[in-house]
Amino acid sequence: MATEHIVKAYSDELNALEALIARMGGYVESIVQESMSAVSRRDTALAGQAIEADHRIDAIEHEVNEAVIRMLALRQPMALDLRAIIAALKISGDLERIGDYAANVAKRTLVLNEAPPIPSAAAIPRLGRLVSANLKEVLDAYAEKDADKAVDVWHRDEEIDAIYTSLFRELLTYMMEDPRNITACTHLLFMAKNIERMGDHATNIAEVVYYMVHGKSLENDRPKQDTTSGLVAESPAESPAESPTESGSVEPYNSGPDDSGPTPTS
Amino acid sequence: MVENAIVDSDKNASTNRGPKMISENTNVFYGDKQALFDINLEIGQNEVTALIGPSGCGKSTFLRCLNRMNDVIDICRVTGKITLDGDDIYDPALDVVQLRARVGMVFQKPNPFPKSVYDNIAYGPRIHGVGNTKAELDEIVQSSLERASLWNEVKDRLDEPGTGLSGGQQQRLCIARAIAVNPEVILMDEPCSALDPIATAKIEELIDELRMNFTIVIVTHSMQQAARVSQRTAFFHLGELVEVGDTAEIFTNPKDDRTQGYITGRFG
Repeated sequence: MATEHIVKAYSDELNALEALIARMGGYVESIVQESMSAVSRRDTALAGQAIEADHRIDAIEHEVNEAVIRMLALRQPMALDLRAIIAALKISGDLERIGDYAANVAKRTLVLNEAPPIPSAAAIPRLGRLVSANLKEVLDAYAEKDADKAVDVWHRDEEIDAIYTSLFRELLTYMMEDPRNITACTHLLFMAKNIERMGDHATNIAEVVYYMVHGKSLENDRPKQDTTSGLVAESPAESPAESPTESGSVEPYNSGPDDSGPTPTS
Repeated sequence: MVENAIVDSDKNASTNRGPKMISENTNVFYGDKQALFDINLEIGQNEVTALIGPSGCGKSTFLRCLNRMNDVIDICRVTGKITLDGDDIYDPALDVVQLRARVGMVFQKPNPFPKSVYDNIAYGPRIHGVGNTKAELDEIVQSSLERASLWNEVKDRLDEPGTGLSGGQQQRLCIARAIAVNPEVILMDEPCSALDPIATAKIEELIDELRMNFTIVIVTHSMQQAARVSQRTAFFHLGELVEVGDTAEIFTNPKDDRTQGYITGRFG
């Protein structure tokens, strides 16, 4: 319903909240792109820029929280307004996480740039491009209140999970071929996981957009293609038992990048 | 008599849910002007049903149909069917006074009789021939005031005039007065609109407790109040029942644009 509130200031506040999310989304899109370029171009300066930009995103999240609390207390929103306000709160949380993951990728880039290049580093930006595209689309879906578009994004996360799984296998192979690759490959592995998590948060946003528009949850679980939690590296020698497994998919929903392995100090 | 009445209300509590009252195609006319159009609504037993809508939407008119308060208005004509436990309340053979004992009412402005607190409560039972001895009446007065959460505040002031109580106390006195004749349904027409927030909260808490034993229909202009006290909400607009549903659903995800427009404070 596009009509205005009788109390105009209320409509203004809702519009301002939506604009805040749009601005935050814009920042998050650019930090994701910066961190991806930093990886592919081995660009230390750009990585530093991405790490710096994360603070700006955190600040906007704070602003969104305050605006939401104020509106809940003062306006007692109902129905579609209530859903829009809760959606803004949840989306800002997801965007903040995506920003954190992007900053973490940038931090790992700083370390990677100290080591010789690894061929499969190219797969990281490929994964990043898919996540960026999903992020852009889901933010458009939010701005246009287009639940169908959100559902499309929601389904496309499968593709990201599939690429992540194949990248995971590839990196394991490199590590087995030459133990000197282990440091770099481990960082790449965590980067890939971070990017895959960004995709999951884009999916969460899609669910929120759907709820905001329809007032009900997107039902039936999204098919999960990330099967790496059961993957075992086949060692050249026949000792399949103690190979490292990756525990990403049992990670709690809100765990930040800081739990996903040692973060290099920048 | 008292024994019977108490058994009756226990029976109400045990047969939970299911419609207590049903309105089928109810139309109301004031002279040539039609105020309500084909209202179909089920009032669930031991539930609080909130009627909301802008002024003049017909919600109070509908509430008054439920105990035939509209009968006193000469030009008012009601068609359709309203039943209480399956019995047509507009049956010409039905005793309206008995009906109003079963379907009590609390009004917007507290209206205690200019009598003592005690007599305010004892009045109804006396005229209905309930409580023939002083001891029986004493018991009815005490239990009614207790159920209305007023006993502790007035037990030492039973002989003082009811009009000397605070607004919130007066409203609870009116609720106690309605309860005293052991009704099955209590109709409330904006019972808190003249009260401050604390007195309002006390009434709302009371409504929640009364729901165990009574079926309650409340007309309110405060959507927050409807959201807080009711299990089902019905939205009226221009004499039509636009939407009825579980309160949580109506306030988070209403189906009709008019409901949405009204509860979110938009032009609709």
